[in-house]
Amino acid sequence: MHSFDVLVIGGGHAGVEAACAAARMGARTALVSFDLQAIGAMSCNPAIGGLGKGHLVREVDALDGVIGRAADAGAIHYRMLNRSKGSAVWGPRVQADRVRFKAAVQRIVRTQENLMLVQGEAAALVLKSGVVAGLELADGTILNAPRVILCTGTFLGGVLFRGEERFEGGRIGENAAKRLAQQLRAADLPMARLKTGTPPRLDGRTIDWAALEEQPSDDESWTMSPLTPRRLNPQVFCAITRTTQAGHDAIRANLHRSPLFSGAIGAAGPRYCPSIEDKIHRFGDREGHQVFLEPEGLDTHMVYPNGISTSLPVDVQELIVRTMPGCARVEIVQPGYAVEYDHIDPRALTPDLQVRVIPGLYCAGQINGTTGYEEAAAQGLVAGLEAAAAVLGRAAPALDRANSYIAVMVDDLTLQGVSEPYRMLTSRAEYRLRLRANNAATRLTGLGIAAGCVSEERRSWWERRENLREMFHVKHSQCLHSRDLADAGLPVRRDHGVKPIAEWLRYDGITHDALAPWLGDVAALDPLLAEEMAEDAAYAPYLARQDAELRDLRASEALTLAADFPFAEVPGLSNEMVERLTKAAPGTLAAAGRVAGVTPAALSALLVHARRRLADGQRAA
Amino acid sequence: MSQNPTIFALSSGAPPSAIGVIRISGPQAGAALAALAGRMPEPRRAALVKLRDTDGAMLDEALALWFPGPNTATGEDLAELHCHGGRAVIAAVEAALAALPGLRRAEPGEFTRRAFANGRIDLAEAEGLADLLTAETELQRAAALANAGGALSRQVVDWRERALALSAEIEAALDFSDDEDASDLPECFTWNIAALAGELRVWLSRPRSERLGEGYRVVLAGPPNAGKSTLFNALIESEAAITSPIAGTTRDVIERSVGIAGVPFTFVDTAGLRDGAHAEAIEAIGIDRARGELARADLVLWLGPEGEGPQGAWEIAAQADRGDFTAKPSARFTLSATTGEGLGALKSALAEVARGTLPKPGEAALNARQHARLAEAAEALAAAEMLSDPLLIAEELRRARHEFDRLIGRATTEDMLDTLFGRFCIGK
Ligand SMILES: Cc1cc2nc3c(=O)[nH]c(=O)nc-3n(C[C@H](O)[C@H](O)[C@H](O)COP(=O)(O)OP(=O)(O)OC[C@H]3O[C@@H](n4cnc5c(N)ncnc54)[C@H](O)[C@@H]3O)c2cc1C
Ligand SMILES: Nc1nc2c(ncn2[C@@H]2O[C@H](COP(=O)(O)OP(=O)(O)OP(=O)(O)O)[C@@H](O)[C@H]2O)c(=O)[nH]1
Ligand SMILES: [Mg+2]
Repeated sequence: MHSFDVLVIGGGHAGVEAACAAARMGARTALVSFDLQAIGAMSCNPAIGGLGKGHLVREVDALDGVIGRAADAGAIHYRMLNRSKGSAVWGPRVQADRVRFKAAVQRIVRTQENLMLVQGEAAALVLKSGVVAGLELADGTILNAPRVILCTGTFLGGVLFRGEERFEGGRIGENAAKRLAQQLRAADLPMARLKTGTPPRLDGRTIDWAALEEQPSDDESWTMSPLTPRRLNPQVFCAITRTTQAGHDAIRANLHRSPLFSGAIGAAGPRYCPSIEDKIHRFGDREGHQVFLEPEGLDTHMVYPNGISTSLPVDVQELIVRTMPGCARVEIVQPGYAVEYDHIDPRALTPDLQVRVIPGLYCAGQINGTTGYEEAAAQGLVAGLEAAAAVLGRAAPALDRANSYIAVMVDDLTLQGVSEPYRMLTSRAEYRLRLRANNAATRLTGLGIAAGCVSEERRSWWERRENLREMFHVKHSQCLHSRDLADAGLPVRRDHGVKPIAEWLRYDGITHDALAPWLGDVAALDPLLAEEMAEDAAYAPYLARQDAELRDLRASEALTLAADFPFAEVPGLSNEMVERLTKAAPGTLAAAGRVAGVTPAALSALLVHARRRLADGQRAA
Repeated sequence: MSQNPTIFALSSGAPPSAIGVIRISGPQAGAALAALAGRMPEPRRAALVKLRDTDGAMLDEALALWFPGPNTATGEDLAELHCHGGRAVIAAVEAALAALPGLRRAEPGEFTRRAFANGRIDLAEAEGLADLLTAETELQRAAALANAGGALSRQVVDWRERALALSAEIEAALDFSDDEDASDLPECFTWNIAALAGELRVWLSRPRSERLGEGYRVVLAGPPNAGKSTLFNALIESEAAITSPIAGTTRDVIERSVGIAGVPFTFVDTAGLRDGAHAEAIEAIGIDRARGELARADLVLWLGPEGEGPQGAWEIAAQADRGDFTAKPSARFTLSATTGEGLGALKSALAEVARGTLPKPGEAALNARQHARLAEAAEALAAAEMLSDPLLIAEELRRARHEFDRLIGRATTEDMLDTLFGRFCIGK
């Protein structure tokens, strides 16, 4: 009776996307979490998106995921990061009202067809001859399912640190699931330890906002999900302040009391958002570090000081914040802390995020060594789609490094593993120019529709948009003479000949608006699509060059390496390389080429060996 | 998996020579060495041994070396016999090896192929070794040796690392939002790109390795009966071209490659140049072709009236032995192809000028494939230098890195597959 196709454990960002994605695919799905009221809770900074992360949000949304729409529902501050740079690195980011965000997630989850919510603690996996068969809850209930997705965040061996204090558990106020953890350890999965931290929360009523520089929500109209027609909430200001020398002195004087420096925490933390004590220790020469004071919601006075995550004792935390301009009398509502936790070495997973040695078990989110809501959400989506596709005998959308950041992340994780909490960065994507946050729908929604994970609402939106895109293409192929452009006052030389509009759009100063006499009002029909099409035109020569590279890549992807490929038998590979390759278990020659440390000579040896095995295999058959 | 046969070959020059080095590579190399020498020398130590065939007949006294795999040149067990270099000795030792079970003579390039397949060398090095096999002159050999020794690979790895460092700087700038305390690009950033591009251009402007294969191209030209074909035959030391007192004997272009003083040359004989009115149809075509050759030439030897040859041609006063010989006042060389007078001076002058235009001995030279990759990389860097959008600069730097990767075979691209499976016939 308690039989499902897919079970998802954990109601964080990964679990929510996994459960909803599997259900959208049509799999009978259950989401099991400690506390159903906590589903969609943001553990830390109530911000969604940012550099690289904004791309992930848009991609998850393009496959009809939850996070984009929920972010819009909670958004009280919108900002396009990196606006001054090329559009491929723009990072859409919102600050969300914690309560509204969570409510939106729960609304989506509760109304999702095929999805049942189960409150309880997942105690142990049920395995039949080593293969997943279901789940046992702490109260003894058994749920049957051939696929289980673990999205349990930091529950594995989590320890909280604040100064000299220690607490066990994932997040403050939650218990760590011990039995499941023991079971995983027994399965001999490779594990490693990482740390992360959070800043103290401030009482906004005790901040002198008038003394500080304001950072308003931008005055544009974009949203995280194109299905959100407009911005829904009143928008709030953030303020910018800085740490000061006095604060730095306090940090330096108390460095020995930070578990990061006293040796209590040995694990690696994120280089990209270091704790304030790390920053002072590493960049001691800086006069101050910028701190954003971000309101956590419309109905709360809590303020999140972005940039000073710390595990120093509370008295030092107070010194740090009270020496910042505008914060002389600020009150800390909840002190910051650091967490150290175990994660699974993601190289133990196949590219569908399935645990290689426990068929049927998938892992997604922080448990795989990543940090961030968006990273968790994107993995949850992949695991949900893959698990459902496997049960239903269908195919999940074909994601690869050339069509999504999602695939870049999954490929990085499963091939390279992690040495610090993995966070998305645009520089991780080699085909960045084609993977823009604003063209995610063009890249992915069609794949999602084909795979069957996209709802009717988005499908009809997308089809309308595709028709518009087609119309743009027709307009863009129209040829214009430079003479006519020059006559209309555009900055081109009269003798530049006849070119299609798509090429003219590459010229400085030639925009859709400037071409209105020829294009008519199309740009007004959908300004965001018009912007995307103009960028396509501008980047076209680069993309054309990448096409050749991608053909090559596909060719070496065609040479597959069996899951048990004996790297140790390949002559000329050093022991270290054999170890890396064996851990990563690349599925293709192209993937092997991406494994860090593989030399050209080794790669050619691998290529020769793989071909020989293939030839031997064919002869034997 | 099928086990590789053990192969052997004479790896020094053709006998007779002072010593002949025979290499044996493969799983049976140790057994073969023991069979011939009667014992196993210590690894990586030269030992004086007596070589005997299976019947116990003494073949030679030789130095034997034993290199157990996989840390050897081929990645397999490897043995070397340094024998006396007489033809009969070499032939006898080779015959004794061939008689052993599991051993056979190596095919051309097979040692290289194994080194490559066993991860001992990268693509550029393998190409160098392949060139080495086909090298005909000392200069070709030296350049191929430099490539095979990894000179080009080392250079490319250095460039790649510098491009990577530049990429890292620009990526850091891109992956920090403009709100954060981001670091701007250092002032020398563009300068560093330019410096890198400059280094690539120096390599690109160097003579290519095909030049070594094709040789320095010398075209003989002049009116009919000037003695072009006779001089051509003398220079290549064979009777390749027909000569006769009939004006218009040579109609088509004839070319031959030879080495002079270790420098590779291609000599080209052409139809005598004269007015279209005097020449019949076929000869006229030949004259057209001759003019085409003049344009392609590295150097023209002009056997016609002084000053009427193409610019930069060497004035040659030929047939100096003849009674009716008319001297050319400013002839660079006066000679007779029939008697050989003046020919030596011409040859050494040619060798000297040609040597200057070819890769220096031991200097790595690019082949066509490598040149194409490097040219792409240089183009990407040049573009990066001109751009101001960091995003596009980053893309151009990435393209340059990708080309470096392709050059040494890090990117598993089709040209790597082509090179591997075309040129080396591996894995069949
Ligand atoms: C202190 C701290 C600060 C952070 N700061 C930031 C930040 O500023 N910005 C940012 O983007 N990210 C931050 N992160 C990271 C971010 O919170 C996580 O990466 C992300 O939430 C991970 O999502 P998840 O779905 O993998 O796990 P979680 O969101 O942790 O969700 C795990 C869920 O599983 C449930 N669960 C666990 N075990 C069981 C069980 N046995 N049975 C049933 N339910 C179970 C939990 O109750 C929870 O609901 C921070 C994390 C921590 C710990
Ligand atoms: N004595 C003498 N006779 C020569 C010499 N060189 C060429 N001859 C003769 O001159 C005649 C013409 O020589 P070729 O070499 O055929 O002349 P060519 O320039 O090739 O003539 P075309 O092919 O007709 O253009 C032949 O009979 C040669 O034997 C020389 O150095 N000494
Ligand atoms: Mg002739």
